Formats: sequence, C-alpha cells, structure tokens
Amino acid sequence: MSELIKYVEAELAEKRTGMPDFGAGDTINVHVKIKEGNKERIQQFQGVVIQRRNPNSAGETFTVRKISNGVGVERIFPLLSASIEKIEIVRKGSVRRARLYYLRGKQGKAAKIKEKKRAVVA
Amino acid sequence: MSGIIGKKIGMTTYYGEDGASIACTVVEATPNVVTQVKTKEKDGYAAVQLGFGEKREKSTTKPLAGHFKKSGTTPKLKLVEFRTFKSGLNPGQEVDLNIFEIGDYIDGIGTSKGKGFQGVVKRHGFAGVGGQTHGQHNRARHPGSIGACSFPARVFKGLKMAGRTGGSRVKVQNLRILKLMPEKNLILVSGSLPGYNNSYVILEK
Repeated sequence: MSELIKYVEAELAEKRTGMPDFGAGDTINVHVKIKEGNKERIQQFQGVVIQRRNPNSAGETFTVRKISNGVGVERIFPLLSASIEKIEIVRKGSVRRARLYYLRGKQGKAAKIKEKKRAVVA
Repeated sequence: MSGIIGKKIGMTTYYGEDGASIACTVVEATPNVVTQVKTKEKDGYAAVQLGFGEKREKSTTKPLAGHFKKSGTTPKLKLVEFRTFKSGLNPGQEVDLNIFEIGDYIDGIGTSKGKGFQGVVKRHGFAGVGGQTHGQHNRARHPGSIGACSFPARVFKGLKMAGRTGGSRVKVQNLRILKLMPEKNLILVSGSLPGYNNSYVILEK
C-alpha cells in the first residue's frame, strides 16, 4: 500500500483509539448510535464475533452474530465508524478458526464456544 | 471554473460525522505552476495552462525547455489547459489545492483503465441474446442482429460492436471534496476516479 494512503488512514483513524482488543469467538456488546428524526439513542447488540475483515485498514469491519427470537441475526459493523459508541467484551472465547461460519448451521449446545482460560475480561 | 492537475494515489474509507462509511479517492496535487496565459486577442481564446510534476531537464526537448523558460519555471511532466480559469494569473504563479473547499462538488477527469478487446456485453452493456432454454446454446453474449437485409444492404456506421475498450478520457461528475490535507498536498474526493493509481487526474470545479 502506498505510503500516502497509510498517512491518510492514520490521520483519519486518529480520533478512534482505545478500541478493546477482540477477535473471532469473543462475545461482545456493541453500543450503536441510532438516529430517529432529530433524536439519537443508543442501541445494544450483543453476540459472538464471527469474523474481522480487512485488519489494520480504514475499512476494517467485524461481524457479530446473535440468536434473536430463534432467528440468527448477523450484523456487520465498520470498526472505525463514529456510529459505534463503545464495545464491551463480555466473554473471551477459545476458537481455532478466524472465521466462524460453521456457527451458522448450528443451534443450541452445538453452537457453544469454550471460554478461553485465564482470559482477562475487560 | 477552476481546476488542478493531480496524481491518483489510491482509495480508502472515509467516515462521515454520522458514522456513514464513504469510499473515497486520495489525490496528490502538489502546487501547479501557471506555464502560459492565453488571451482572446493573442490566441483567439482565453485559457490558463498549468504544469504539474517535476521533469528532468535532460529529458526535456529544446522547444519545451524554451516554453518553460519563458514562464520562469522548471520543466514539468504534465501540461493541461483550463478555459475560463479565474482571471488575474501570471506565468510562474502557483495554483494549489486551496482553490477547493470542503463540500465542493467537482468533476474528475482521467484516462480509464485499458480493458483490451471486449465484447458488446461489457463494452456497451448489451444484454446478450436470449436465455439458456428454448434450444439456445451458443450465443449468450452475442450482439444479435446488426441490421436489416436487402434494404439498406449494408451495416450502418457507428453501430455498437465489440472492440478495444477503456483507455479513453473519462469525466466523472459531481464528486464531493471530503477533506483537504494541505501539509501533504492531498485531496480526498468521494467516490472513484478513472484510471490506475499513479496516473494523472484533473479535478475541476
């Protein structure tokens, strides 16, 4: 990647620091700003991170999956977007893959992820 | 109308105030130098010629070297003429990215990526012939009929056919200026610009 692109991305990312370190398998709670007319409120989306894409770039995103009323819901968030108020790590998971697509076909106990031992939950 | 010559650096993501992610192109526009001012009286039309990028003196032809000497600048790589530029510029003066403001709508001009010899589906957006059933098996991406029979007994000129695609001058309209970085002469423009990275682009207001 061009040095100048790196410079631009570093400049743009300056205001977004202090994001917790999380990865695939972790259960996180994302606080998203929702705009309704002129009002703004915070909505929470809690679920398992199934992937992080385009790491260390301005376009980095992560996908969170949760089961809502028996239906699997996946939401993709841009990591550096201002619409993300904050991210809390609820549980650190121990997985052997970077992309947990296999969770999509599983339910209940089969979709369980082991907790990482000696994990420090922030 | 005013404009500037720059170099396309590449694309990245820009996040708006509301958190929306906007694809943007980064353009490096080191200050351009006015190399010639054309006037209605002398040249028949008014225009301002700008030069961009440093060129070695050794690889500059003598006629061009004389042209640069006249305006008192070093040899430039790329020269572009702008009609109806803001008046009052003199040869040797610099034009930088401060002619733009954040939120301005501009046009971007560049040379699109060459795609080689392409068929009509890619080149002109034809839909191809028929479907995959009713016995059709070997002309999915063909142009179909190119005209009638004994009258006019020829194919009309300018009919859209397969051929060399891309590599031509393309103008993209209504791009928004997202951010200016004068310390590195960078302009962030919403959307994409034609051509490869490190190719020349013209941004005009």
